[in-house]
Amino acid sequence: MADVHSGNGHHAPDSPATLRLKVGLAEMLKGGVIMDVTNAEQAVIAEKAGAVAVMALERVPAQIRAEGGVARMASPKKIREIMEAVSIPVMAKCRIGHFAEAQVLQQIGVDFIDESEVLTPADELNHVDKHAFTTPFVCGARDLGEALRRIAEGAAMIRTKGEAGTGDVVHAVKHMRQIVRDMKSLTVLGEEELYAAAKNFAAPYELIRMVAQSGKLPVPNFSAGGIATPADAALVRQLGAEAVFVGSGIFMSDSYNFASPEEAAIRARAIVRATTHFDDPKILAECSEECTGAMKGLAVAAMDPSQMLQTRGW
Amino acid sequence: MTKPAEPRNAGEKTPKAPAHPVRIGVLAIQGDYDAHAQALREAGAEPVLIRKPEQLNEIDGLIIPGGESTTFLKFLERDGFLASLQTFVRSKPTFGTCAGCILLAKEVTHPPQASLGVLNATVERNAYGRQIDSAIQIGPTQLPGGPLEMVYIRAPRIAETGDGVHVLAERDGFPVLVEQGHIMAATFHPELSSDRRVHKRFVDLVLRSR
Repeated sequence: MADVHSGNGHHAPDSPATLRLKVGLAEMLKGGVIMDVTNAEQAVIAEKAGAVAVMALERVPAQIRAEGGVARMASPKKIREIMEAVSIPVMAKCRIGHFAEAQVLQQIGVDFIDESEVLTPADELNHVDKHAFTTPFVCGARDLGEALRRIAEGAAMIRTKGEAGTGDVVHAVKHMRQIVRDMKSLTVLGEEELYAAAKNFAAPYELIRMVAQSGKLPVPNFSAGGIATPADAALVRQLGAEAVFVGSGIFMSDSYNFASPEEAAIRARAIVRATTHFDDPKILAECSEECTGAMKGLAVAAMDPSQMLQTRGW
Repeated sequence: MTKPAEPRNAGEKTPKAPAHPVRIGVLAIQGDYDAHAQALREAGAEPVLIRKPEQLNEIDGLIIPGGESTTFLKFLERDGFLASLQTFVRSKPTFGTCAGCILLAKEVTHPPQASLGVLNATVERNAYGRQIDSAIQIGPTQLPGGPLEMVYIRAPRIAETGDGVHVLAERDGFPVLVEQGHIMAATFHPELSSDRRVHKRFVDLVLRSR
């Protein structure tokens, strides 16, 4: 049997087959909810509630925001504990540009790496060269140009940045609408106009051309950053998100305290169900009624711009 | 390179055959259901996304796609969906890929979990490892037309098969594409390749049984 490609954990250069496998896993997560967890117990709650994957973290974004300090990759020991506790894919975050953290995450075998603005950036200029990895990457974006720059670097999935750790969906909405509007704007351009569009979006011409022809990103497009309720999940799905990340919204009651495991499980189940039935108001009403509370949250409009995580990266 | 809808089907219709095109459901709880819907269109069938048990009455066959089998199960536990689906798969053509194959199996291991129990097989979840062990291979198959590309993503393994299971392709001595009467199952993702032979075989199975 000819082995066209087999990932083996070596530092293999990217090939078309590797890219297909990376995007293939992203395809399998569509329509689902990826939940932030900080320990094995939370990971099990997430899996039992129907999460398609978990993001293994030392602290959820709301805690990072409240406690300050330098936020880094989670300890491999903690990530391994979570990997051993569940059968669903496990993701973990590395700092923007911190390819050595990414090498560690690939070595311990996480299924997806999130090069995330939630952690303190390690490089002010460069993101990780994601083609150099066998493990797929997801990256945040606020508009089409940013999404395509990350895809050019090898990202296999894009998520909106939103404003993580706030429980305020407003910027997840803003970024999803922006990406969708940018994509639509390309579809009406003539072939000769795409070169200038590439310049304006500061993105590679070939990717601009692909979006102009298909009207969508060449990789799955998910939403993250402030989703806290079943209706929030349905909102971003209706706006075009193919799946949702829920960070602090499930396990936190405010920026410092965890919700009870029972409450977290109820929220998790309701958000999972709302994500599948995103266009069915009758079921959304049921999900919203089941959900007994949401994190207190932090209104993005009242925040000092210097506190925003979304401006990290380019 | 979209091929025109299979013209061969028209000639095969018996006088009793219903006039509507073959309607095949794709379980759309989560996963790559859109890729399957597109593959079905290319194989000459009309896909219907299935999210509620009552929709099962509208279709001639069903695909259970790739995704997370634990997520599927949690969802199916509500509203009597699991019971309706169990009834459906006992009599109507059903094709499961990856997570779908796990759901169809009689027995699931690593870890053990509930299933629809219609395919006489034991299926081991994540048997090849994690994402880093995902692979694309080209291997022999009993399908006409030569070797087949097979995309494995965190793939399960059909560890054992029982009565009535016909093996159409293998990887390292374990079945990866099987048929058992009105049931088909694959541990890989034919919907992620451009070769439509596997989906066409399922569409033919649905046509023969309606």
